[in-house]
Amino acid sequence: MTWLWSNLDLVGELSLVHLALSVPAIILSFVISVPIGWLAHRYRWSRGVLLTLCGLLYAIPSLALLIALPVFTGLSVRSPVNLVVALTLYGIAVIVRTAADAFDAIDRDVRQSATAVGYSAFGRFRAAELPLAGPVLLSGLRVVIVSTVSLATIGAVIGVPSLGSLFTDGFQRGIQAEIATGIVATILLALLLDLLAVLAGRLLMPWTRAGAARRSSSQAPVVEEVLP
Amino acid sequence: MNLVADGIAWILDPANWQGAGSIPERIGQHLLLSLVVLLIASAIALPAGAVIGHTGRGKQFVVMVSGGLRALPTLGVLTLFGLWLGIGLAAPVISLVILAVPPLLAGAYAGFEAVDRRTIDAARAMGMREREIVGGVELPLGLPIIVGGVRSAALQIIATATLAAYVADVGLGRPIFQGLKTRDYGEMLGGSILVILLALLVDGAFALAQRLVVPAGVRATRTRELRSRPPRPRTVVGRPIHEGNRQ
Repeated sequence: MTWLWSNLDLVGELSLVHLALSVPAIILSFVISVPIGWLAHRYRWSRGVLLTLCGLLYAIPSLALLIALPVFTGLSVRSPVNLVVALTLYGIAVIVRTAADAFDAIDRDVRQSATAVGYSAFGRFRAAELPLAGPVLLSGLRVVIVSTVSLATIGAVIGVPSLGSLFTDGFQRGIQAEIATGIVATILLALLLDLLAVLAGRLLMPWTRAGAARRSSSQAPVVEEVLP
Repeated sequence: MNLVADGIAWILDPANWQGAGSIPERIGQHLLLSLVVLLIASAIALPAGAVIGHTGRGKQFVVMVSGGLRALPTLGVLTLFGLWLGIGLAAPVISLVILAVPPLLAGAYAGFEAVDRRTIDAARAMGMREREIVGGVELPLGLPIIVGGVRSAALQIIATATLAAYVADVGLGRPIFQGLKTRDYGEMLGGSILVILLALLVDGAFALAQRLVVPAGVRATRTRELRSRPPRPRTVVGRPIHEGNRQ
């Protein structure tokens, strides 16, 4: 604890740096993934190709990806942008799959009704499909938030400062408290962003709360029942 | 594309293929470490997941463990155990086991849970004992999902075993850290390429295994997505579409 009190400034500063690395990656991956996920949902061929690509991307070990990325981007290995790009790619690999599932799960009747009342393809996407897919997209986003914040610490071993620097520094100098502080701070940061995402979800999708309450009382929740 | 040439040159350099710390030795260490960890973690997590999936008790526990441990930074766990246990293999093995348990637990739980309750009721009605139901009905039907969990865990282990070279002299992460220290990009990239190939090979092997373990009876009647579902329960919007004879 004494270590923490005397280094509070450092932890605060690294937390901000950590946020600056992970938040852009989380937002970018969400914004990029939703259209890709919709495309994967829309056509059979694109589904196979896109989901396979995402699976392969997700299989690549993070440290190796961080080292190999500069070959394609021309950035330096130690550049923070390189880390953000890598985190974004992992985020995309997770959300595209979730987004495809989310759009798949929308009732066909709803889609047909939206077409029947005159929505164009894009209008239907914006007004009917996106809000209905919202809760599942949010669950995918929450997974990405937690894993991105945790993954960003790996940048420390290649020289990109973040809360992970507390791990490398603590290891080299033999300070257990520093590493423990880093772990706790990373988890707290992830929980904080997760909470913000949940709150944003409630603001943007006010119907999900009422729906959840009603469903639990009257009928069994339709969870994991998509498998035929 | 000069960078790639440097990496490939490092991999092909005969000097890197013999003596202590040669490429084959590193690959062997990496695979052996991953295998040992996978076996230990499976011995812990698969029975636990099977019990929870079969009885339906402790579902919250699985969700908590698999969700909570995702937030745990791997590097922090590695360095903390590295300090506690000193240089050597104990630290990476223990940290890797901790990190491999959640996907295995979630996979085993999801595999047993995904089996249609009516199938289990039918088995019970035919007079099968609880143990026979678990081994003869739930296990074969849930196996593709369970193997999916093992697949996620194996990939997680291979990735983190690379990072483990930071705290111990082991595996394919070694050339990466060596290259970082001496600013030799060819060595870093060479090591990275080998790790990526290894991960993709293992992923492919498990993908194949997932197809092979689908029971013949199931394969004949339906095709479906085999990858393990995410540990968090997924809410489905609306009712699933009923069409034709599909349920």
